Amino acid sequence: MNVIPDSGATNYDIEPVLLNLGPQHPSTHGVFRIRALLDGEEVVDVEPVFGYLHRGSSKLAEERSYTQVITLTDRLDYLSGMSNNLAYVRAVEALAHVDVPERAQYLRVMMAELMRIASHLMALGFLINDLGAWITPLMHMFREREKVLDLFEMVCGARITFSYMRIGGVSHDLPPGFDAALNAFLDDFAERVAEYEALLLENEILVSRMKGIAPLSGERAIECSVTGPNLRASGVNFDLRKQAPYEAYDRMNFDVPVTQNGDNWDRMWVRLQEMKESARMTRQCMAEMPDGPTRTPADFFIRPPVGEVYSAIEATKGELGFYLVSDGTIAPYRCGIRSPSFINLTVLRELCVGWKLADLIVNFGTLDINVGEVDR
Amino acid sequence: MALFGTGAIKGLMVTLGYIRRKPFTTQYPEEKLEQSPRFRGNTFVWYEERCTGCATCAKGCPLGIIRIVTHPEPHSQVGSDYHVDVFDIDTGRCMFCALCVEVCPYDALHMGGDFEQASYGREEMVISVEDLKAMPKKPRTQFRPQMEMIGHTGDDELDEHEAGRWSL
Repeated sequence: MNVIPDSGATNYDIEPVLLNLGPQHPSTHGVFRIRALLDGEEVVDVEPVFGYLHRGSSKLAEERSYTQVITLTDRLDYLSGMSNNLAYVRAVEALAHVDVPERAQYLRVMMAELMRIASHLMALGFLINDLGAWITPLMHMFREREKVLDLFEMVCGARITFSYMRIGGVSHDLPPGFDAALNAFLDDFAERVAEYEALLLENEILVSRMKGIAPLSGERAIECSVTGPNLRASGVNFDLRKQAPYEAYDRMNFDVPVTQNGDNWDRMWVRLQEMKESARMTRQCMAEMPDGPTRTPADFFIRPPVGEVYSAIEATKGELGFYLVSDGTIAPYRCGIRSPSFINLTVLRELCVGWKLADLIVNFGTLDINVGEVDR
Repeated sequence: MALFGTGAIKGLMVTLGYIRRKPFTTQYPEEKLEQSPRFRGNTFVWYEERCTGCATCAKGCPLGIIRIVTHPEPHSQVGSDYHVDVFDIDTGRCMFCALCVEVCPYDALHMGGDFEQASYGREEMVISVEDLKAMPKKPRTQFRPQMEMIGHTGDDELDEHEAGRWSL
């Protein structure tokens, strides 16, 4: 019998489809672009494309004096300006051998922890927004963040671009009435976190979308230099606040939440718990803060001695480090930034490959990157 | 394991509890939130009597957007008193970091609290010396602890004697 040649109507050549997510997609948290290769609904390959928000912060820093660069660091990770300020001024202080008064150390810890609350609230809120719970949980978290920003406005006059830290201390002491405002916020916040847990932790949709999805092993996380809550969710107990305490962290009582699975659920859960610890630390700072000066006098156009320094802190998204080279002039010769968001993106591909397209959004959300910090 | 859906219903009960609570949002143009005394607005308060035209603010600005031109007063010693001819602050590029306010050695420049400075063109956003003179003298207490000590909240007018750390 003659074999009828196959018309090709039933045997499909399956070709992967290249899908561009972003740079103006609502779920990519800024101008971030993902090129995803899809086989049906399954993700075959993922390539992050960034640079849309590049502002050249490192280069801009080279033509500004050390104090003026503080204003640039606000804009790195615009959801956690205080942590960026802190990381930068710590690097300059190490370079120029400036001491910080004890009250300023407590103030810095307090501001950094309040900032961590605000940043994690945004991470959780937008994650749940991406999961399809449109706006309502996000608004709950925006409300608490507004209160934190109100506190910051009381202290330093700005809500996003703080420029609060200075070389040798902080720019302002606490204003009158701050104590009561902070206590009111912290009392309210404990209730609100309990509310978030009731809202989120037992929700079946959330559990089925996140538990067991995209696990990251601790070994792989260390190999890829992942830091911050993402690393601690993978079972690695590494937190610079505990391992290399800076400022007043050696006097703080706090636990570092660590989970073992490293899946999306754990990454969310760790952030939820860290907010509670941050609130606890803020309360302790307020109670134990000594009186005294808040700033060691340092020149506005400070000239550190020739040398180089790398100094890192545990920022809201991981290890934020500044590498500064001084040639003895008023401006840094080189200002390198090790930003946690950028380096945490290393694992994005292996988190997403093999999972569905809908999971890609969630995996990207739990990594909690900030495009301002990725592109710098 | 609990019945499927009970967790979601528990979450919905939280939302339901909010029916009785007041909304936390503000309808902006009709009602406005209050700013704290240290709030850094989009305007500046400048006291001509306190200013010596030393241009330290221009040097302290991270963006270099302050332009100052001075000439010496005719009957004074050279270097002791200058008349400020041009004091341009390009607020279209300003990021309101208040470093100029921090470095001012004579407490002549202060942050103002107004934040509704929208305009149709960039050239309208340059604050000239005439604008600075005409602006209401309601300084914010950013970097000015002496104002906090006298209980200034940024809503009242202060004259040039009250605004500084020392009297003229």
